[in-house]
Amino acid sequence: MGAIFKHKAFEPGAIAVLVAFALFVAPAIFGAFWITNLTQMAVFAVVAASAGMLYGRVGLVSLGQVAPYGIGCWVTMRLAYATSLPFPVLLLIGGLVAAVIGVLIGLPALRVSGLYLALVTLMLAAAIETALGVLKFPNGGGGFKGVVTSLSDLAPMRRPGFAESDPAYFRFSVIIALLLFLLAYAFLAGKPGRAWASIRQSEPSAIAAGIAITQYKLIAFALAAFMAGVAGGLFAGSVRQSIGIDQFSRQAALFLIAVALMGGVHSLWGAVLAAFFSKVMLDLLTTYMVGGQFWNDFSLSLFGFGLMMNLIQSTKAMEKKGLLG
Amino acid sequence: MKVEVSDVRVQFGGVMPLDGVTVTFPGGTCGLIGPNGAGKTTFFNVLSGYVTPVSGSVLCDGVELLSMPDYKRARWGVRRTFQTEQAIEGLTVFDNVLTVYEHTAKASRAKKKAVVEEALEFCGLSAVGQQLVRTLPAKERRFIEVARAVVGEPKMVLLDEPAAGLPEEETNELSAIIRAIPERSDATVILVDHDMALVQACCEWSAVLDFGRLLASGPTGDVLRDPKVLSAYLGEDELL
Repeated sequence: MGAIFKHKAFEPGAIAVLVAFALFVAPAIFGAFWITNLTQMAVFAVVAASAGMLYGRVGLVSLGQVAPYGIGCWVTMRLAYATSLPFPVLLLIGGLVAAVIGVLIGLPALRVSGLYLALVTLMLAAAIETALGVLKFPNGGGGFKGVVTSLSDLAPMRRPGFAESDPAYFRFSVIIALLLFLLAYAFLAGKPGRAWASIRQSEPSAIAAGIAITQYKLIAFALAAFMAGVAGGLFAGSVRQSIGIDQFSRQAALFLIAVALMGGVHSLWGAVLAAFFSKVMLDLLTTYMVGGQFWNDFSLSLFGFGLMMNLIQSTKAMEKKGLLG
Repeated sequence: MKVEVSDVRVQFGGVMPLDGVTVTFPGGTCGLIGPNGAGKTTFFNVLSGYVTPVSGSVLCDGVELLSMPDYKRARWGVRRTFQTEQAIEGLTVFDNVLTVYEHTAKASRAKKKAVVEEALEFCGLSAVGQQLVRTLPAKERRFIEVARAVVGEPKMVLLDEPAAGLPEEETNELSAIIRAIPERSDATVILVDHDMALVQACCEWSAVLDFGRLLASGPTGDVLRDPKVLSAYLGEDELL
Protein backbone atom coordinates (compact mmCIF):
# COMPACT_ATOMS: atom_id res chain seq x y z
CA MET A 1 0.00 0.00 0.00
CA GLY A 2 2.78 2.34 0.96
CA ALA A 3 4.44 1.77 -2.39
CA ILE A 4 1.42 3.05 -4.28
CA PHE A 5 1.27 6.19 -2.20
CA LYS A 6 4.97 6.83 -2.60
CA HIS A 7 4.87 6.48 -6.35
CA LYS A 8 6.14 9.81 -7.63
CA ALA A 9 3.62 10.37 -10.40
CA PHE A 10 0.78 9.42 -8.08
CA GLU A 11 1.57 11.90 -5.37
CA PRO A 12 0.76 15.34 -6.87
CA GLY A 13 -2.40 13.92 -8.45
CA ALA A 14 -3.59 12.40 -5.19
CA ILE A 15 -2.94 15.63 -3.33
CA ALA A 16 -4.83 17.66 -5.93
CA VAL A 17 -7.83 15.30 -5.80
CA LEU A 18 -7.90 15.25 -2.00
CA VAL A 19 -7.64 19.03 -1.67
CA ALA A 20 -10.19 19.69 -4.44
CA PHE A 21 -12.59 17.27 -2.75
CA ALA A 22 -12.08 18.97 0.61
CA LEU A 23 -12.45 22.49 -0.76
CA PHE A 24 -15.33 22.10 -3.22
CA VAL A 25 -17.17 18.81 -2.74
CA ALA A 26 -17.15 18.14 1.00
CA PRO A 27 -18.71 21.47 2.10
CA ALA A 28 -21.53 20.91 -0.38
CA ILE A 29 -22.47 17.37 0.59
CA PHE A 30 -21.80 17.14 4.33
CA GLY A 31 -23.85 18.65 7.14
CA ALA A 32 -22.55 20.76 10.04
CA PHE A 33 -21.65 17.73 12.20
CA TRP A 34 -19.39 16.13 9.61
CA ILE A 35 -17.89 19.44 8.53
CA THR A 36 -16.79 20.08 12.12
CA ASN A 37 -15.46 16.57 12.19
CA LEU A 38 -13.51 17.02 8.97
CA THR A 39 -12.11 20.34 10.22
CA GLN A 40 -10.74 18.54 13.22
CA MET A 41 -9.38 15.83 10.96
CA ALA A 42 -7.42 18.47 9.02
CA VAL A 43 -6.11 19.91 12.29
CA PHE A 44 -5.23 16.53 13.73
CA ALA A 45 -3.46 15.48 10.53
CA VAL A 46 -0.98 18.30 11.12
CA VAL A 47 -0.41 17.28 14.75
CA ALA A 48 0.03 13.63 13.72
CA ALA A 49 2.44 14.70 10.98
CA SER A 50 4.51 16.66 13.51
CA ALA A 51 4.71 13.73 15.94
CA GLY A 52 5.30 11.25 13.12
CA MET A 53 8.02 13.41 11.61
CA LEU A 54 9.99 13.53 14.88
CA TYR A 55 9.77 9.77 15.26
CA GLY A 56 9.90 8.51 11.71
CA ARG A 57 12.32 10.98 10.16
CA VAL A 58 14.59 12.06 12.99
CA GLY A 59 14.25 9.06 15.33
CA LEU A 60 13.17 11.13 18.34
CA VAL A 61 10.45 9.37 20.36
CA SER A 62 8.52 12.36 21.64
CA LEU A 63 5.27 11.75 23.50
CA GLY A 64 5.01 15.46 24.25
CA GLN A 65 3.63 16.78 20.95
CA VAL A 66 0.32 17.58 22.67
CA ALA A 67 2.24 20.23 24.63
CA PRO A 68 2.97 22.60 21.70
CA TYR A 69 -0.50 21.74 20.37
CA GLY A 70 -2.06 22.91 23.63
CA ILE A 71 0.23 25.92 23.90
CA GLY A 72 -0.60 27.03 20.35
CA CYS A 73 -4.30 26.61 21.10
CA TRP A 74 -4.01 28.59 24.32
CA VAL A 75 -1.89 31.43 22.95
CA THR A 76 -4.07 31.86 19.86
CA MET A 77 -7.25 31.84 21.89
CA ARG A 78 -6.06 34.32 24.51
CA LEU A 79 -4.74 36.66 21.83
CA ALA A 80 -8.04 36.38 19.97
CA TYR A 81 -9.88 37.58 23.08
CA ALA A 82 -7.31 40.20 24.03
CA THR A 83 -6.34 41.76 20.68
CA SER A 84 -7.84 42.55 17.32
CA LEU A 85 -4.95 41.11 15.28
CA PRO A 86 -5.97 39.31 12.06
CA PHE A 87 -6.58 35.58 12.56
CA PRO A 88 -3.70 34.29 10.37
CA VAL A 89 -1.32 36.47 12.40
CA LEU A 90 -2.69 34.90 15.58
CA LEU A 91 -2.00 31.45 14.15
CA LEU A 92 1.54 32.49 13.27
CA ILE A 93 2.19 33.87 16.76
CA GLY A 94 0.69 30.74 18.33
CA GLY A 95 2.98 28.61 16.16
CA LEU A 96 6.07 30.68 16.93
CA VAL A 97 5.48 30.65 20.70
CA ALA A 98 4.99 26.88 20.49
CA ALA A 99 8.21 26.60 18.45
CA VAL A 100 10.20 28.53 21.06
CA ILE A 101 8.82 26.27 23.76
CA GLY A 102 9.47 23.26 21.52
CA VAL A 103 13.15 24.21 21.43
CA LEU A 104 13.23 24.68 25.20
CA ILE A 105 11.73 21.20 25.52
CA GLY A 106 14.25 19.92 23.03
CA LEU A 107 17.32 21.18 24.88
CA PRO A 108 17.16 18.81 27.87
CA ALA A 109 15.71 16.11 25.64
CA LEU A 110 18.94 16.08 23.62
CA ARG A 111 20.73 14.59 26.58
CA VAL A 112 18.58 11.47 26.47
CA SER A 113 17.24 9.27 23.74
CA GLY A 114 14.92 6.36 23.05
CA LEU A 115 12.80 5.24 25.98
CA TYR A 116 14.14 7.95 28.27
CA LEU A 117 13.23 10.67 25.81
CA ALA A 118 9.73 9.17 25.66
CA LEU A 119 9.51 9.34 29.47
CA VAL A 120 10.77 12.92 29.69
CA THR A 121 8.36 14.11 27.02
CA LEU A 122 5.44 12.23 28.56
CA MET A 123 6.14 13.98 31.86
CA LEU A 124 6.14 17.21 29.94
CA ALA A 125 2.70 16.44 28.54
CA ALA A 126 1.54 15.81 32.10
CA ALA A 127 3.04 19.11 33.25
CA ILE A 128 1.24 21.02 30.50
CA GLU A 129 -2.02 19.29 31.42
CA THR A 130 -1.60 20.44 35.03
CA ALA A 131 -0.57 23.95 34.03
CA LEU A 132 -3.56 24.36 31.73
CA GLY A 133 -5.85 23.15 34.51
CA VAL A 134 -4.44 25.67 37.01
CA LEU A 135 -4.70 28.49 34.47
CA LYS A 136 -8.37 27.64 33.88
CA PHE A 137 -7.55 26.96 30.27
CA PRO A 138 -8.65 28.63 28.07
CA ASN A 139 -11.97 30.03 29.19
CA GLY A 140 -13.56 32.92 27.39
CA GLY A 141 -13.29 36.14 29.38
CA GLY A 142 -11.89 39.37 27.94
CA GLY A 143 -8.23 40.41 27.99
CA PHE A 144 -5.20 38.18 28.36
CA LYS A 145 -6.19 36.52 31.60
CA GLY A 146 -9.95 37.00 31.52
CA VAL A 147 -11.82 34.19 33.23
CA VAL A 148 -15.58 34.01 33.56
CA THR A 149 -17.20 31.72 36.08
CA SER A 150 -20.63 31.39 34.53
CA LEU A 151 -20.74 29.16 31.46
CA SER A 152 -23.43 31.31 29.87
CA ASP A 153 -21.02 34.26 29.81
CA LEU A 154 -18.46 32.37 27.71
CA ALA A 155 -17.88 34.27 24.51
CA PRO A 156 -17.13 32.15 21.43
CA MET A 157 -13.66 32.71 19.99
CA ARG A 158 -13.66 34.81 16.86
CA ARG A 159 -12.87 33.41 13.45
CA PRO A 160 -11.41 35.19 10.44
CA GLY A 161 -13.99 37.44 8.79
CA PHE A 162 -13.79 35.51 5.53
CA ALA A 163 -14.29 32.16 7.26
CA GLU A 164 -17.06 32.81 9.75
CA SER A 165 -19.32 29.87 8.81
CA ASP A 166 -18.40 26.25 9.50
CA PRO A 167 -17.88 25.26 5.82
CA ALA A 168 -15.75 28.36 5.20
CA TYR A 169 -13.70 27.68 8.32
CA PHE A 170 -13.27 24.09 7.16
CA ARG A 171 -11.85 25.32 3.83
CA PHE A 172 -9.59 27.72 5.70
CA SER A 173 -8.33 24.87 7.90
CA VAL A 174 -7.63 22.63 4.91
CA ILE A 175 -5.59 25.37 3.25
CA ILE A 176 -3.57 26.08 6.41
CA ALA A 177 -3.02 22.34 6.91
CA LEU A 178 -1.87 22.04 3.30
CA LEU A 179 0.58 24.91 3.78
CA LEU A 180 1.98 23.24 6.89
CA PHE A 181 2.37 19.95 5.04
CA LEU A 182 4.20 21.77 2.25
CA LEU A 183 6.44 23.40 4.85
CA ALA A 184 7.24 19.99 6.33
CA TYR A 185 7.84 18.61 2.85
CA ALA A 186 10.23 21.45 2.00
CA PHE A 187 12.29 20.64 5.07
CA LEU A 188 12.18 16.88 4.49
CA ALA A 189 13.19 17.12 0.84
CA GLY A 190 16.08 19.48 1.53
CA LYS A 191 19.27 19.66 3.53
CA PRO A 192 17.55 19.21 6.94
CA GLY A 193 15.71 16.09 5.69
CA ARG A 194 18.95 14.48 4.59
CA ALA A 195 20.63 15.43 7.85
CA TRP A 196 17.72 13.92 9.80
CA ALA A 197 17.82 10.69 7.79
CA SER A 198 21.51 10.49 8.62
CA ILE A 199 20.98 11.16 12.35
CA ARG A 200 18.16 8.65 12.52
CA GLN A 201 20.28 5.90 11.07
CA SER A 202 23.48 6.51 13.00
CA GLU A 203 24.72 9.47 15.01
CA PRO A 204 28.43 8.62 14.69
CA SER A 205 28.05 8.43 10.93
CA ALA A 206 26.18 11.76 10.92
CA ILE A 207 29.02 13.36 12.88
CA ALA A 208 31.50 11.92 10.40
CA ALA A 209 29.50 13.66 7.67
CA GLY A 210 29.98 17.00 9.44
CA ILE A 211 26.36 17.28 10.57
CA ALA A 212 25.84 19.43 13.68
CA ILE A 213 23.52 16.96 15.39
CA THR A 214 22.33 19.26 18.19
CA GLN A 215 21.42 21.99 15.75
CA TYR A 216 19.45 19.69 13.46
CA LYS A 217 17.58 18.01 16.30
CA LEU A 218 16.56 21.43 17.59
CA ILE A 219 15.41 22.44 14.11
CA ALA A 220 13.25 19.30 14.10
CA PHE A 221 11.76 20.10 17.51
CA ALA A 222 11.11 23.70 16.45
CA LEU A 223 9.46 22.73 13.17
CA ALA A 224 7.30 20.03 14.77
CA ALA A 225 6.27 22.38 17.57
CA PHE A 226 5.48 25.16 15.10
CA MET A 227 3.22 22.83 13.11
CA ALA A 228 1.46 21.57 16.23
CA GLY A 229 1.15 25.13 17.56
CA VAL A 230 -0.55 26.44 14.43
CA ALA A 231 -2.78 23.35 14.45
CA GLY A 232 -3.69 24.20 18.06
CA GLY A 233 -4.75 27.68 16.96
CA LEU A 234 -6.89 26.21 14.18
CA PHE A 235 -8.42 23.84 16.69
CA ALA A 236 -9.34 26.75 18.98
CA GLY A 237 -11.14 28.47 16.12
CA SER A 238 -12.93 25.26 15.26
CA VAL A 239 -14.34 24.54 18.71
CA ARG A 240 -14.64 28.23 19.65
CA GLN A 241 -15.59 27.81 23.29
CA SER A 242 -15.35 25.56 26.31
CA ILE A 243 -12.43 23.55 24.98
CA GLY A 244 -11.68 20.73 27.38
CA ILE A 245 -8.12 20.09 28.45
CA ASP A 246 -8.65 16.39 27.68
CA GLN A 247 -7.46 17.20 24.14
CA PHE A 248 -4.04 17.93 25.61
CA SER A 249 -3.91 15.31 28.35
CA ARG A 250 -1.45 12.47 28.91
CA GLN A 251 -3.97 10.06 27.46
CA ALA A 252 -4.27 12.23 24.38
CA ALA A 253 -0.46 12.22 24.15
CA LEU A 254 -0.34 8.42 24.07
CA PHE A 255 -3.30 8.23 21.73
CA LEU A 256 -1.56 10.65 19.36
CA ILE A 257 1.61 8.61 19.05
CA ALA A 258 -0.43 5.39 18.72
CA VAL A 259 -2.50 6.62 15.77
CA ALA A 260 0.47 8.40 14.22
CA LEU A 261 2.39 5.11 14.27
CA MET A 262 -0.57 3.16 12.96
CA GLY A 263 -1.03 5.58 10.10
CA GLY A 264 2.67 5.43 9.32
CA VAL A 265 5.42 7.83 10.22
CA HIS A 266 7.60 7.63 7.12
CA SER A 267 5.15 9.30 4.79
CA LEU A 268 3.07 12.43 5.35
CA TRP A 269 0.10 10.44 4.01
CA GLY A 270 0.28 8.37 7.17
CA ALA A 271 -0.67 11.45 9.16
CA VAL A 272 -3.78 11.97 7.03
CA LEU A 273 -4.78 8.37 7.62
CA ALA A 274 -4.10 8.71 11.35
CA ALA A 275 -6.34 11.77 11.47
CA PHE A 276 -9.05 9.90 9.57
CA PHE A 277 -8.86 7.03 12.08
CA SER A 278 -9.08 9.22 15.11
CA LYS A 279 -11.52 11.92 14.02
CA VAL A 280 -13.77 10.48 11.35
CA MET A 281 -13.79 6.71 11.62
CA LEU A 282 -14.69 6.80 15.29
CA ASP A 283 -17.72 8.98 14.66
CA LEU A 284 -18.74 6.90 11.66
CA LEU A 285 -18.80 3.86 13.91
CA THR A 286 -20.61 5.48 16.84
CA THR A 287 -23.14 7.20 14.56
CA TYR A 288 -23.99 4.49 12.06
CA MET A 289 -23.05 1.18 13.60
CA VAL A 290 -25.09 -0.77 16.08
CA GLY A 291 -23.46 -0.46 19.46
CA GLY A 292 -22.97 3.30 19.65
CA GLN A 293 -20.61 4.21 22.47
CA PHE A 294 -19.17 0.70 22.55
CA TRP A 295 -17.08 1.65 19.52
CA ASN A 296 -15.54 4.49 21.42
CA ASP A 297 -13.95 2.12 23.92
CA PHE A 298 -13.35 -0.52 21.31
CA SER A 299 -11.41 1.81 19.07
CA LEU A 300 -9.18 2.82 21.98
CA SER A 301 -8.36 -0.87 22.46
CA LEU A 302 -7.88 -1.18 18.72
CA PHE A 303 -5.35 1.65 18.62
CA GLY A 304 -3.58 0.15 21.62
CA PHE A 305 -3.43 -3.16 19.77
CA GLY A 306 -2.20 -1.38 16.65
CA LEU A 307 0.56 0.29 18.64
CA MET A 308 1.68 -3.02 20.15
CA MET A 309 1.70 -4.72 16.75
CA ASN A 310 3.67 -1.83 15.36
CA LEU A 311 6.28 -2.02 18.10
CA ILE A 312 6.61 -5.79 17.70
CA GLN A 313 6.98 -5.34 13.94
CA SER A 314 9.50 -2.57 14.39
CA THR A 315 11.79 -4.59 16.62
CA LYS A 316 11.67 -7.31 14.00
CA ALA A 317 12.25 -5.20 10.97
CA MET A 318 14.15 -2.15 12.22
CA GLU A 319 11.95 -0.02 10.03
CA LYS A 320 8.88 1.20 11.88
CA LYS A 321 6.19 0.88 9.31
CA GLY A 322 2.58 1.89 9.60
CA LEU A 323 -0.16 1.29 7.08
CA LEU A 324 1.02 3.99 4.71
CA GLY A 325 4.76 3.52 5.02
CA MET B 1 50.26 16.18 4.41
CA LYS B 2 52.02 14.81 7.47
CA VAL B 3 49.94 13.66 10.44
CA GLU B 4 52.01 13.89 13.62
CA VAL B 5 50.58 11.86 16.46
CA SER B 6 52.34 12.16 19.79
CA ASP B 7 51.81 10.27 23.02
CA VAL B 8 48.08 9.56 22.58
CA ARG B 9 46.66 7.73 25.58
CA VAL B 10 43.09 6.49 25.89
CA GLN B 11 41.71 4.94 29.05
CA PHE B 12 38.42 3.06 29.47
CA GLY B 13 38.30 2.29 33.19
CA GLY B 14 41.23 -0.03 33.82
CA VAL B 15 41.85 -0.71 30.14
CA MET B 16 44.29 1.30 28.02
CA PRO B 17 43.34 0.67 24.38
CA LEU B 18 45.94 3.25 23.35
CA ASP B 19 48.94 3.46 25.62
CA GLY B 20 51.09 6.35 24.45
CA VAL B 21 51.09 6.07 20.66
CA THR B 22 53.63 8.29 18.91
CA VAL B 23 53.81 8.01 15.14
CA THR B 24 54.09 10.31 12.12
CA PHE B 25 52.17 9.38 9.00
CA PRO B 26 54.22 10.74 6.10
CA GLY B 27 51.26 11.34 3.75
CA GLY B 28 49.97 9.48 0.71
CA THR B 29 48.25 6.19 1.50
CA CYS B 30 49.40 4.71 4.81
CA GLY B 31 48.53 1.35 6.29
CA LEU B 32 47.62 0.81 9.93
CA ILE B 33 47.66 -2.85 10.89
CA GLY B 34 47.74 -5.01 13.96
CA PRO B 35 46.00 -8.01 15.51
CA ASN B 36 42.41 -7.78 16.75
CA GLY B 37 42.17 -5.54 19.78
CA ALA B 38 45.39 -3.70 18.96
CA GLY B 39 43.61 -0.33 19.13
CA LYS B 40 43.21 0.48 15.43
CA THR B 41 39.55 1.45 15.56
CA THR B 42 40.09 3.33 18.84
CA PHE B 43 42.85 5.24 17.09
CA PHE B 44 40.40 6.19 14.31
CA ASN B 45 37.85 7.16 16.95
CA VAL B 46 40.40 9.50 18.51
CA LEU B 47 41.08 11.12 15.14
CA SER B 48 37.38 11.56 14.36
CA GLY B 49 36.56 12.78 17.84
CA TYR B 50 34.32 10.04 19.27
CA VAL B 51 36.88 9.20 21.92
CA THR B 52 38.67 11.86 23.95
CA PRO B 53 42.19 10.79 24.87
CA VAL B 54 43.50 11.53 28.37
CA SER B 55 46.66 12.96 26.83
CA GLY B 56 48.41 13.46 23.52
CA SER B 57 48.26 15.59 20.44
CA VAL B 58 47.53 15.14 16.74
CA LEU B 59 49.02 17.82 14.50
CA CYS B 60 48.08 18.11 10.84
CA ASP B 61 49.39 21.03 8.84
CA GLY B 62 50.10 22.78 12.13
CA VAL B 63 46.45 22.36 13.22
CA GLU B 64 45.74 20.61 16.53
CA LEU B 65 42.98 18.17 15.62
CA LEU B 66 42.12 17.18 19.18
CA SER B 67 40.96 20.67 20.12
CA MET B 68 38.19 20.65 17.48
CA PRO B 69 34.64 19.38 18.23
CA ASP B 70 33.82 16.15 16.38
CA TYR B 71 31.56 17.47 13.60
CA LYS B 72 33.93 20.39 12.93
CA ARG B 73 36.73 17.93 12.22
CA ALA B 74 34.60 16.59 9.38
CA ARG B 75 34.20 20.16 8.12
CA TRP B 76 37.93 20.71 8.43
CA GLY B 77 38.56 17.60 6.31
CA VAL B 78 38.61 14.41 8.39
CA ARG B 79 36.49 11.76 6.68
CA ARG B 80 36.02 8.16 7.60
CA THR B 81 34.29 4.92 6.79
CA PHE B 82 33.11 2.42 9.37
CA GLN B 83 33.48 -1.32 9.77
CA THR B 84 29.73 -1.66 9.49
CA GLU B 85 28.03 -0.05 6.51
CA GLN B 86 26.71 3.38 7.31
CA ALA B 87 25.29 4.60 4.00
CA ILE B 88 21.86 6.05 4.70
CA GLU B 89 19.30 3.44 3.63
CA GLY B 90 16.41 5.75 2.88
CA LEU B 91 18.29 8.16 0.61
CA THR B 92 19.54 7.80 -2.94
CA VAL B 93 23.23 7.25 -3.60
CA PHE B 94 23.50 10.83 -4.87
CA ASP B 95 21.83 12.27 -1.75
CA ASN B 96 24.08 10.16 0.47
CA VAL B 97 27.19 11.70 -1.00
CA LEU B 98 25.56 15.14 -1.20
CA THR B 99 24.78 15.02 2.53
CA VAL B 100 28.47 14.83 3.35
CA TYR B 101 29.44 17.52 0.87
CA GLU B 102 26.75 20.04 1.82
CA HIS B 103 27.70 19.84 5.49
CA THR B 104 31.43 20.11 4.93
CA ALA B 105 31.61 22.80 2.23
CA LYS B 106 29.73 25.85 1.06
CA ALA B 107 28.94 25.76 -2.64
CA SER B 108 26.34 26.75 -5.19
CA ARG B 109 23.72 24.25 -6.26
CA ALA B 110 25.45 23.64 -9.59
CA LYS B 111 28.84 23.15 -7.98
CA LYS B 112 27.38 20.70 -5.44
CA LYS B 113 25.89 18.64 -8.25
CA ALA B 114 29.15 18.65 -10.22
CA VAL B 115 31.31 17.74 -7.21
CA VAL B 116 28.99 14.92 -6.09
CA GLU B 117 28.78 13.51 -9.61
CA GLU B 118 32.55 13.59 -9.88
CA ALA B 119 32.87 11.61 -6.61
CA LEU B 120 30.29 9.07 -7.85
CA GLU B 121 32.21 8.64 -11.07
CA PHE B 122 35.48 8.27 -9.18
CA CYS B 123 33.96 5.34 -7.28
CA GLY B 124 32.19 3.86 -10.31
CA LEU B 125 28.73 4.67 -9.00
CA SER B 126 27.42 7.00 -11.71
CA ALA B 127 24.95 4.42 -13.01
CA VAL B 128 23.22 3.94 -9.65
CA GLY B 129 23.21 7.58 -8.53
CA GLN B 130 19.42 7.88 -8.37
CA GLN B 131 18.78 4.53 -6.70
CA LEU B 132 17.87 4.14 -3.05
CA VAL B 133 20.71 2.66 -1.01
CA ARG B 134 18.47 -0.03 0.49
CA THR B 135 17.96 -1.52 -2.97
CA LEU B 136 21.68 -1.98 -3.63
CA PRO B 137 23.96 -4.97 -3.01
CA ALA B 138 26.89 -5.01 -0.56
CA LYS B 139 29.56 -3.96 -3.01
CA GLU B 140 27.84 -0.74 -4.03
CA ARG B 141 27.13 0.09 -0.39
CA ARG B 142 30.82 -0.25 0.41
CA PHE B 143 31.76 1.96 -2.50
CA ILE B 144 29.20 4.58 -1.41
CA GLU B 145 31.06 4.74 1.90
CA VAL B 146 34.25 5.50 0.02
CA ALA B 147 32.49 8.09 -2.17
CA ARG B 148 31.19 9.78 1.01
CA ALA B 149 34.73 9.85 2.36
CA VAL B 150 36.35 11.38 -0.71
CA VAL B 151 33.73 13.85 -1.98
CA GLY B 152 34.90 17.45 -2.09
CA GLU B 153 38.28 18.25 -0.57
CA PRO B 154 39.10 15.87 2.25
CA LYS B 155 42.43 16.33 4.04
CA MET B 156 42.46 13.00 5.85
CA VAL B 157 40.58 9.86 4.81
CA LEU B 158 40.28 7.07 7.39
CA LEU B 159 39.20 3.74 5.92
CA ASP B 160 38.23 1.16 8.54
CA GLU B 161 38.29 -2.29 6.92
CA PRO B 162 36.70 -1.13 3.67
CA ALA B 163 37.22 -4.52 2.01
CA ALA B 164 35.82 -6.69 4.83
CA GLY B 165 33.48 -9.26 3.33
CA LEU B 166 34.15 -8.35 -0.30
CA PRO B 167 35.24 -11.08 -2.76
CA GLU B 168 38.70 -10.77 -4.32
CA GLU B 169 37.64 -9.24 -7.61
CA GLU B 170 35.73 -6.44 -5.89
CA THR B 171 38.59 -5.93 -3.43
CA ASN B 172 40.87 -5.33 -6.40
CA GLU B 173 38.47 -2.75 -7.77
CA LEU B 174 38.39 -1.05 -4.36
CA SER B 175 42.16 -1.19 -4.15
CA ALA B 176 42.48 0.76 -7.41
CA ILE B 177 40.13 3.43 -6.07
CA ILE B 178 42.00 3.72 -2.77
CA ARG B 179 45.34 4.08 -4.52
CA ALA B 180 43.95 6.92 -6.63
CA ILE B 181 42.70 8.98 -3.64
CA PRO B 182 45.93 10.84 -2.68
CA GLU B 183 46.66 12.23 -6.14
CA ARG B 184 43.03 13.15 -6.64
CA SER B 185 42.62 15.28 -3.55
CA ASP B 186 46.02 15.50 -1.88
CA ALA B 187 44.53 13.82 1.18
CA THR B 188 46.41 11.56 3.56
CA VAL B 189 44.71 8.16 3.51
CA ILE B 190 45.01 5.81 6.49
CA LEU B 191 43.86 2.29 5.73
CA VAL B 192 43.03 -0.28 8.38
CA ASP B 193 42.51 -3.78 7.03
CA HIS B 194 43.28 -7.40 7.82
CA ASP B 195 43.82 -8.15 4.15
CA MET B 196 47.62 -7.78 3.97
CA ALA B 197 47.62 -8.08 0.20
CA LEU B 198 45.33 -5.04 0.02
CA VAL B 199 47.48 -3.09 2.48
CA GLN B 200 50.62 -3.89 0.54
CA ALA B 201 49.02 -3.04 -2.78
CA CYS B 202 47.76 0.34 -1.54
CA CYS B 203 50.31 1.54 0.98
CA GLU B 204 53.98 2.34 0.60
CA TRP B 205 54.23 3.04 4.28
CA SER B 206 52.62 1.27 7.25
CA ALA B 207 52.44 1.40 11.01
CA VAL B 208 51.71 -1.57 13.27
CA LEU B 209 49.84 -1.36 16.56
CA ASP B 210 49.81 -4.05 19.23
CA PHE B 211 48.20 -3.80 22.66
CA GLY B 212 47.78 -0.07 22.24
CA ARG B 213 51.41 0.61 21.39
CA LEU B 214 53.31 1.28 18.21
CA LEU B 215 55.15 -1.90 17.36
CA ALA B 216 56.80 -0.89 14.11
CA SER B 217 56.53 1.62 11.28
CA GLY B 218 58.21 2.15 7.94
CA PRO B 219 57.96 0.93 4.34
CA THR B 220 55.15 -1.64 4.18
CA GLY B 221 57.35 -4.44 2.81
CA ASP B 222 59.88 -4.10 5.65
CA VAL B 223 57.21 -3.81 8.31
CA LEU B 224 55.45 -6.98 7.17
CA ARG B 225 58.73 -8.94 7.42
CA ASP B 226 59.65 -7.54 10.84
CA PRO B 227 60.00 -10.46 13.30
CA LYS B 228 58.30 -8.40 16.07
CA VAL B 229 55.27 -7.92 13.81
CA LEU B 230 55.20 -11.59 12.81
CA SER B 231 55.23 -12.72 16.41
CA ALA B 232 52.45 -10.26 17.29
CA TYR B 233 50.35 -12.09 14.73
CA LEU B 234 50.67 -15.28 16.82
CA GLY B 235 53.91 -16.48 15.33
CA GLU B 236 52.85 -16.60 11.73
CA ASP B 237 55.77 -17.25 9.44
CA GLU B 238 54.74 -14.72 6.89
CA LEU B 239 51.87 -12.34 6.48
CA LEU B 240 51.64 -12.44 2.69
